[in-house]
Amino acid sequence: MPSSRSPLHDVVIVGAYNTRQARVLDQPELEVLWDAVHGALASAGLPLSAVDGVNVTSSVRRLNAREAVMMFGARPSWTGNEIGIPAVIEAALAISAGLCEVAVIATAQAAEYTDRAATAPWTRPSNEFVECWGLFTPAEFALMARRHMHLYGTQPAALAEVAATIRNHGARHPEAVHHGRFVTPDEVLASRMIADPFHLLDCAITSEGGAGLVLTHVDRARDLDVVPIHLLGAGTDKQGMAYVTAPVWDRYGEVGRRAGEQVFAQAGLRPSDVDVLEIYDPFSFEIIRQLEIFGFCKTGEGGDFVMDGRIAVGGELPVVTNGGLLSFSHAGLAQLIQKPISAVQQLRGEIPDALKVRNAKVALTSNGGSGALFCDVLLLGTELTA
Amino acid sequence: MTRAKTIPLPRPTALSRPHWDGCREGVLRVQRCAACGSYEFIPQAVCTRCQAGKLEWVESSGRGSVYSHTTVYRPPRPEFDAPYVVAIVELEEGWHMLTNLVDCTPEEVAIGLPVEVDFRAVSDEITLPCFRLRRST
Ligand SMILES: [Zn+2]
Repeated sequence: MPSSRSPLHDVVIVGAYNTRQARVLDQPELEVLWDAVHGALASAGLPLSAVDGVNVTSSVRRLNAREAVMMFGARPSWTGNEIGIPAVIEAALAISAGLCEVAVIATAQAAEYTDRAATAPWTRPSNEFVECWGLFTPAEFALMARRHMHLYGTQPAALAEVAATIRNHGARHPEAVHHGRFVTPDEVLASRMIADPFHLLDCAITSEGGAGLVLTHVDRARDLDVVPIHLLGAGTDKQGMAYVTAPVWDRYGEVGRRAGEQVFAQAGLRPSDVDVLEIYDPFSFEIIRQLEIFGFCKTGEGGDFVMDGRIAVGGELPVVTNGGLLSFSHAGLAQLIQKPISAVQQLRGEIPDALKVRNAKVALTSNGGSGALFCDVLLLGTELTA
Repeated sequence: MTRAKTIPLPRPTALSRPHWDGCREGVLRVQRCAACGSYEFIPQAVCTRCQAGKLEWVESSGRGSVYSHTTVYRPPRPEFDAPYVVAIVELEEGWHMLTNLVDCTPEEVAIGLPVEVDFRAVSDEITLPCFRLRRST
C-alpha cells in the first residue's frame, strides 16, 4: 500500500455537533435534522450560505441529499450518498477534487422505534435465511463472540469490563442518554440475558437524535477561527450481505483488519501512535475484536487487554470516551458519524473535563463490526503526519 | 411447533427455491461449484470462492456439528417463544448455515457437538431445516 500523500490530506473537519439525544425526543425528525445542520455549522463558524456540498438525510422521513439541497436554497454543487465514515471519505474526496468547498454531513432519527413489544426495527432484518430462526442483530454478533470465546478462552468478565467502562464514560457525560447511570462489571453480568453471552448491558441502547459534521479544504480552514482536525487515513472493508449469510468467524471475524492496515499506511503511523479510540461499540465484544484486528494486541488477547482500567479514560488506551452506543446514544444513521464527531470533540478538548484524554493528538474511529460483515475505519489527528 | 404458525416464514425466490423445495421433500440441498468444488450457502449466482464456476444443486448429508450458538431470551418479536437456541451448523461437506437447534435445552448445547437436520413443516409450502443433537451412545 502506498504511504504517499493522499487526497484526504487536503481536507479537514471543522465542525462537529450532536443535537439533544434521548430515548424518545418528542420532536419532529426534520426539526432535529435542522438543529444538526445549524449546530455543525456553528461549530465550524460558517454560515449556511457557505455550504456547497450536502449529504443530509433522515431515517423515518427518508429525506435524502437530492431533496435536502432545497434546505440550502438549491445552491450546493455536490450531493453525497454514503452513510457514516464512508460519507466522510466521499465528501473529502469531493472537496479534494474541487466539486465543492464546504460540505455538511448531517442526519437525524426520531420516532423510528414505536412498537416496543418487538426489538428496535433496525435490529430485525427480514429475509428468508434469518427471520424464521428468530435471528436479530444481538444474536448475529453473539454467534461471533461465542466462537471467539471458544477459540481463545475470552471470558464473560472481559465483555462486562468493556460494557461497564464505556457506560461509565457516558454516565459522566451530561449529553449522554444514560448520563448518571453508572454500572459495575458485576451489574453487567447480573443484567438479564438477551442472547448469550450478551446481557442487556452488553448491548447498544436505543434512542433518538441527530448529528452533523462540516468538512472543508485545508486552505479554506485557515480563515476559520476553529481547530481543524485532519483526515490522516481512511479505509473500508465490506465482505458481503450482513444478516443473511451466516456470521462465520473463520471467514468474516477479522473484517476491518485490512482497512486498519490501509489507514495506518496512509497516515505513516502505527497503532502505538493512537491516543484515543472512538471505535464502534454495538456490543461489548466488538471492542475486544477491534483491539485485536487493528493491531493494539495480538489475536485472542483482546479479552485480557481490556482488563484493569486500561481502556478507561485515565488508562493507557481510552476507548469510546463519550459512552458510545452503549450509553451516549444509538440513533438512526447519526450514531455512525457520532464516532468521528466524538473523536473531533476529544481532539479539540470539547468534552467534559472528567472525560478528557490529555494531549490527545491522534484518534481512531470505526463503524460496523463482525456480525455486520463490514468495518470502515477513519484516523483523525490534530496535525498531518504523512 | 405452535410458534411456527405465527413467526415470519421464508418467501422463496427463484434463486433459493430449490433449497426450500428440497426441505419440503426431506432433503437438504446446497449449491456446489463445478470448478472449485466449494459449497455455497446462502444461494448465489456465482461461486464466491473462485468466481468462475457454475453452481449446481447437490444433496447434503444433513449431518454436521455445532460451529457456534446463542440462546435468545429476548426475541425480536413476541411471536417467538423464548428461550430458543440459534446455531451456525458446519455441515460434513464444510459449509455453514443458520438454524434453530430443537429438542434440547440451552445447557446441553456446545460447540463441536454432532447434529443432524430435523425437518419441520410449518406450512404447505415451507418446511424449516432445524437441527437436533445426534445422541449416539
Ligand atoms: Zn468455485
